[in-house]
Amino acid sequence: MSVRPAVESWGASDLAARVRAGNRASIARAISTVEAGGKASAELLKALHEATGRARLFGITGAPGVGKSTLVGALIAELRNGYQSVAVIAVDPSSPVTGGAILGDRVRMTQHVEDDGVFIRSLASRGSGGGLSLATSRVAEVLDAAGLENVIIETVGAGQSEIDVIDVADITTVVCAPGLGDDIQAMKAGLLEVADVLVVNKADDPMATLTVNQLESMLALRSDAGRKVPLLKTAARDAVGIPELADALNQAFEKLDQQGRAERRLQRMQRLLATVAGGIVARRLKATRGRRLDQLLTRMAAGELDVETAAVALLKSDVWRQD
Amino acid sequence: MSTSAQRPYRVLVSKIGLDGHDRGSRIVAAYLRDAGMEVIYTAPWQEVQALVRMASDEDVDLIGISSLATDHLLLPKLLEALRAADLGDLPVVVGGIVPDEDEQALIEAGVRRVFHPGSSRDEIVSTVAALAAEARIQRKTESF
Repeated sequence: MSVRPAVESWGASDLAARVRAGNRASIARAISTVEAGGKASAELLKALHEATGRARLFGITGAPGVGKSTLVGALIAELRNGYQSVAVIAVDPSSPVTGGAILGDRVRMTQHVEDDGVFIRSLASRGSGGGLSLATSRVAEVLDAAGLENVIIETVGAGQSEIDVIDVADITTVVCAPGLGDDIQAMKAGLLEVADVLVVNKADDPMATLTVNQLESMLALRSDAGRKVPLLKTAARDAVGIPELADALNQAFEKLDQQGRAERRLQRMQRLLATVAGGIVARRLKATRGRRLDQLLTRMAAGELDVETAAVALLKSDVWRQD
Repeated sequence: MSTSAQRPYRVLVSKIGLDGHDRGSRIVAAYLRDAGMEVIYTAPWQEVQALVRMASDEDVDLIGISSLATDHLLLPKLLEALRAADLGDLPVVVGGIVPDEDEQALIEAGVRRVFHPGSSRDEIVSTVAALAAEARIQRKTESF
């Protein structure tokens, strides 16, 4: 007799019931199931759905090495001080060549391992094309249904325009580190634009004040300067500025409530659908060759057809459909 | 792409006890990564209960422990704790400096494989993959 769940031999509703009861082994197995996707995942999520929508979903993103994991570790401690339960989804990159990954975010979150109010799960990005947003959002749903009050999603080290996390999180925090670029970098479009909260971590670095000033100017120059984006300094390794960050996140979330969380959820679903549908089209298209597609490609190569016109023609046709 | 058999194997690579020499565990972690596995890598100095918690929450298929300074003597405790947490079917392997006279006791305690210095990349990767595959099949056929 074992209480360890083997999802393959269970009905989705059995596993869902155990997840909702907060059984850790079941939560762990449910995460593996939804991460893999497919029919078992869909059934399980359906069975969990009515228990979702309660957790606050916080996204933490930023360039590699700015201190995201350390910040998340400090944030867990802060939330636990307020007796709130916390889940962390820590994403690290998969190798595009072998599919393997080193998931090392736990190295900075060691102190919370044995705390029953904390559930940390490492996720490999397993390719791109919207798959990551999809897997992350499913895992977040499982943790939400399990009754965890806060779900922190720590992204892979992001570049300037990787903004997938806004597909998934209620509140997105963008973490910067001092000295990673001049004021022109701060003006560029992309990641910084999607921040609900901006953090300059490693604030004990002498360059930190300069970086804060540059980001302040950037915020002031925005056309939507009325949208107040809190800008905070933290030194996560020493837990400096973390209570202030937790306050800022609370406030951002409360503001969201007033604006209507439901609408935000719909927007998120729309972005998620767009990302995933785009990924499906791209994958199918890359795997398809046929007479009609070849005609289209030949005309493009010959300069008779520009890419945009070809793309619209493609979407209207059924060349890329496989079923 | 959606069946669990094709999911990459998930392996926890760690060190228990007070020794912090983690070069070996890093090298093995990189071997397994390059073989297409997802390696949950922790800092050294883990406690037995912390490892059990991580193995459970991360739903791993195997635990690999590096031991260079007698930490392998804690492995029977780890195996006992895994059994107590209903994770007795999870294979545990160890690599590093394990004196020959200790090996038999570890195997009897439930350690599935001891890798000594000079173990090749192929040997480590193929053994880990085989044990992880076995653990997955085992889990699928568990009865309740």
